[in-house]
Amino acid sequence: MNKSVYASPDQVSETKRHILTVLVDNEPGVLARVIGMFSGRGYNIDSLNVAEVSNDENISRITIVTHGTSEVVSQIEKQLLRIVPVHSVTNLDQEGSSVEAEVALVYIYISETNKKKVYQLCDLYRARKIENENNTTIFEIAGASERVNRFIKEINEITKVEIVRSGPVAISSIKKNEEE
Amino acid sequence: MNNEITGAEIVLKSLAEQGVEVVFGYPGGAVLPIYDTLFKQNSIKHVLVRQEGGAIHAAEGYARSTGKTGVVLVTSGPGATNVVTGLTDAMMDSVPIVCITGQVPQHLIGSDAFQECDTTGITRPCTKHNYLVKDVNKLSSVFHEAFTIAQNGRPGPVLIDIPKDVQFASGTYEEKNKIIIPSHRLFEPSPDFEKNKIEEAVELISKAKKPIFYIGGGCINSGPKASKLVREFINMVGSPVTMTLMGLGVVGSSDKNSLGMLGMHGMYEANMAMHECDVMINIGARFDDRVTGRLDAFSPNSKKIHIDIDESNINKTINVDVPIIGDVKQVVEKMISIWKDRKYKIDTDSLKLWWDKINKWKEVDCLNYNNEGKQIKPQYAVQRLYELTKNTKTFITTEVGQHQMWAAQFYKFEEPNRWLTSGGLGTMGYGFPAAIGAQVGHPDALVVDIAGDASILMNIQEMSTAVQYRLPVKIFILNNEYMGMVRQWQELLHGGRYSESYTDSLPDFVKLAESYKAVGLRAKTTDDLDNVINQMIETKNTVIADIWVTKEENCFPMIQSGSAHNEMMLSKDQKQDKKSADKGKILV
Repeated sequence: MNKSVYASPDQVSETKRHILTVLVDNEPGVLARVIGMFSGRGYNIDSLNVAEVSNDENISRITIVTHGTSEVVSQIEKQLLRIVPVHSVTNLDQEGSSVEAEVALVYIYISETNKKKVYQLCDLYRARKIENENNTTIFEIAGASERVNRFIKEINEITKVEIVRSGPVAISSIKKNEEE
Repeated sequence: MNNEITGAEIVLKSLAEQGVEVVFGYPGGAVLPIYDTLFKQNSIKHVLVRQEGGAIHAAEGYARSTGKTGVVLVTSGPGATNVVTGLTDAMMDSVPIVCITGQVPQHLIGSDAFQECDTTGITRPCTKHNYLVKDVNKLSSVFHEAFTIAQNGRPGPVLIDIPKDVQFASGTYEEKNKIIIPSHRLFEPSPDFEKNKIEEAVELISKAKKPIFYIGGGCINSGPKASKLVREFINMVGSPVTMTLMGLGVVGSSDKNSLGMLGMHGMYEANMAMHECDVMINIGARFDDRVTGRLDAFSPNSKKIHIDIDESNINKTINVDVPIIGDVKQVVEKMISIWKDRKYKIDTDSLKLWWDKINKWKEVDCLNYNNEGKQIKPQYAVQRLYELTKNTKTFITTEVGQHQMWAAQFYKFEEPNRWLTSGGLGTMGYGFPAAIGAQVGHPDALVVDIAGDASILMNIQEMSTAVQYRLPVKIFILNNEYMGMVRQWQELLHGGRYSESYTDSLPDFVKLAESYKAVGLRAKTTDDLDNVINQMIETKNTVIADIWVTKEENCFPMIQSGSAHNEMMLSKDQKQDKKSADKGKILV
């Protein structure tokens, strides 16, 4: 439950993965404030994603994947809200209430012997070959992290690869009043 | 274009509009334009300290004794890094500070220029918010927002880093009331949001059989009215009340409901009452580890109400039953009106039984100490200081260590804002500059820094400041030639191996005072003590009173690290069992 130097009385809830969406003013240093809070207070960041989402209001959306007990994650949310440029913090963890996706770019070392298997696998996962000037075999796969994990595991069994992943972004899927 | 003024002028104009009367600072290359502007005006006074660390503690002392925001002005690089301790101190103890730092001109930022450092990077975790102002036209809005953020919600330090070219550049000034601060950047609580919780809390209190109020520094930060309302409510309930180190003075020491301070060196009766209560009402305190002791044995059978302006304090270390987010005075005002409207009354029979129990604990007389002989006991020195100053408007500051705890135990505070001590961070060297700040804010009051011989040396250079501005601050050193608290822990937990805790080669404090053209006094025995204290009070100059106290006195009662509220140690003879002592040793 806590980070006190004194023993915690009731560490009951289990450690789980949580996705937090943080809306922030897009001003210098805001990302450092957010990640500094995590490292300074000993919380975990599994992945992090930042991009400006609204040009006119100058607001960025940070997606953070963390893990911890619900007590720790609740502290994280409250500590994030103390940061002056933070607008809101949403925990997307509630089951079924959000969708998430990430992108991976995979450089696949291809040879005559594995070519067929590689293309079959990429077809199966709907990984798309990205055209590039050197005509190297770079594939893009998008989707939930688990799907990307499975693809990477299987491609690794076929050949050598080099991977870059964006880490997930997520959005609430709860129905909103869409009339604007 | 005609309305344009320089960045440095905007700084001074912003401060003036914010009602700033005094700035504590130290000049240097990167703030010269601001100092030049300061020279040309008369509305804002500048107090020149002798090290930047002194400036920020002085600003803290000024802020906490007056309720206003303390302002600090220092240069780039070492000027900025020297205020880091004070910023952290102000962050931990929620003191409103605006700290202005100079920065190298923008085209040199990132080039490892002379006296350059990443000020906003270094101070990010130890400020509520900070700014690097790159556009002179944004300077005034940054200042107005900074003052608002420093004072708003849970107060704290805000830093504004201004590159030298921005100080020289010309821009327009915007007035305070023209600035709109988006609401997400501020904390605007309303008791209406928490109406149900407040009702639930009041009802819970009305049904309590063994209630206790646990009062913290948040009540002081909420302003003098908050203390008045808290006293009024406690009186209506008839409940005992205990205060944290930061909350001393919210309820007067002589108040019949007051059990004094709680926690590691708090009163036996206060800690026992916390342990056995059935309803705990925490107002503006944060369940700090100095207060709670071992968490799994903390007040095991109580329902807990927690009123705090900072939501992150809720359920941080202790789970509570009724959390209320809001400003103390607003929430307590609401509580009083609900209590009155519903004609609540606590069960008098149970309350009497509760008080009987507490009075039994009081009989333990936990502050009792052996006061025989001519040697001055440190506890006795503080008691005499209290007796001889209690009829004067007195502000007490402290450094950190045994003397701080003795001051908290033996000096009786009747008013809020009269007691200034570094609670959260525990900064040795805080007390003397804080006393300077308090004296600047209250020129006619008596300001005494109760100090230790080790702590006072951490900011002794400020003697020069005190004398220059004719600030009649009194330094009351309980001199035992040890870092007393370190020595006490070494005695209790490290087999009496006094590793590096003896302060050899101390200066002659009387001569030291005289060398600064201040007054030095010394008391070697109980015969001298009252005379020295009286002389100290009467002297219209800065005074160091060097009080020679018994060298190996320990501060009791004490909850040793790793122990619970009901496992207090009242004297040295009462040893903690080895197993929990070993477990406690790793704690701070």
